[in-house]
Amino acid sequence: MADERRLDGNAIGGLMLELFGVEMTTATGVCRTCGAADLVARLEVYMDAPGTIVRCAHCRAVLMRIVRAPERTWLDFSGLRSIELPR
Amino acid sequence: MPVISRGFRGRRGEGPSDRIPPGQHRVDDFPVLSAGPTPHTPLEQWTFTIESGAEPVTWTWDEFRALPREEVTVDIHCVTKWSKLDTVWEGVSLDTLLGHVEHDASYLVAFCDGGYTTNLPLEHVTDGKAWVAYGYDGEPLEPEHGGPARLLVPHLYFWKSAKWIRGFRLQDEDEPGFWESNGYHLLGDPWQEQRYWGD
Repeated sequence: MADERRLDGNAIGGLMLELFGVEMTTATGVCRTCGAADLVARLEVYMDAPGTIVRCAHCRAVLMRIVRAPERTWLDFSGLRSIELPR
Repeated sequence: MPVISRGFRGRRGEGPSDRIPPGQHRVDDFPVLSAGPTPHTPLEQWTFTIESGAEPVTWTWDEFRALPREEVTVDIHCVTKWSKLDTVWEGVSLDTLLGHVEHDASYLVAFCDGGYTTNLPLEHVTDGKAWVAYGYDGEPLEPEHGGPARLLVPHLYFWKSAKWIRGFRLQDEDEPGFWESNGYHLLGDPWQEQRYWGD
């Protein structure tokens, strides 16, 4: 079942820390499609695809696409209107 | 006495060197990869549409199932490095589908339930190279593997074989799809290890 493969945003905490050097699971992302604001930790994550996909927990729109090659990483965060980081 | 096939290296996870592309290993199960929740479109609402410059051509599920069907046995290769040999599929050839449309396009974009897309040159999906499959291993294709119908383009990495397909757009330009627009190769030939941009 698809739900068995769905993780929450805590699953990308380590990856975000590695890429950006900041704790992102407590950041708030705003969905560009439906406007819902959610902690990254509460977003829906699929990691068994050819890349990591983060979806809005309300409308299921794709918020982030992350593709990692051995020496390169591609990031598409265009599904997010904004990310708010706590200081 | 065990029979050893010529070309088999004999180690677990490997296979005939002329059937396992570089960087791949053989699996006997059928891994499920998904970038989102599994759609469950009722068959009475399912349609397949080819969009081109002319009027779109659409089939209902029953009409689609009435098209000439083929059974094919092919090897499949996932960019996550597994290959599965001798998979048996049933479906409709893209030659049959495209025969219903007048066009002079060079590319298609496959579109799917759930929003997934992937792009393909028409020369890579015609002349017996691609199908829209609705059967796997003698059974209806399960939703987790892309049922009711998925694209099957076995000579390219399996992300091109889009699950939950609902149609194609025929076009003049090669338009990168869901993965191709964020790092993955535009074509994805496993024998050339075309995994990422620039490979």
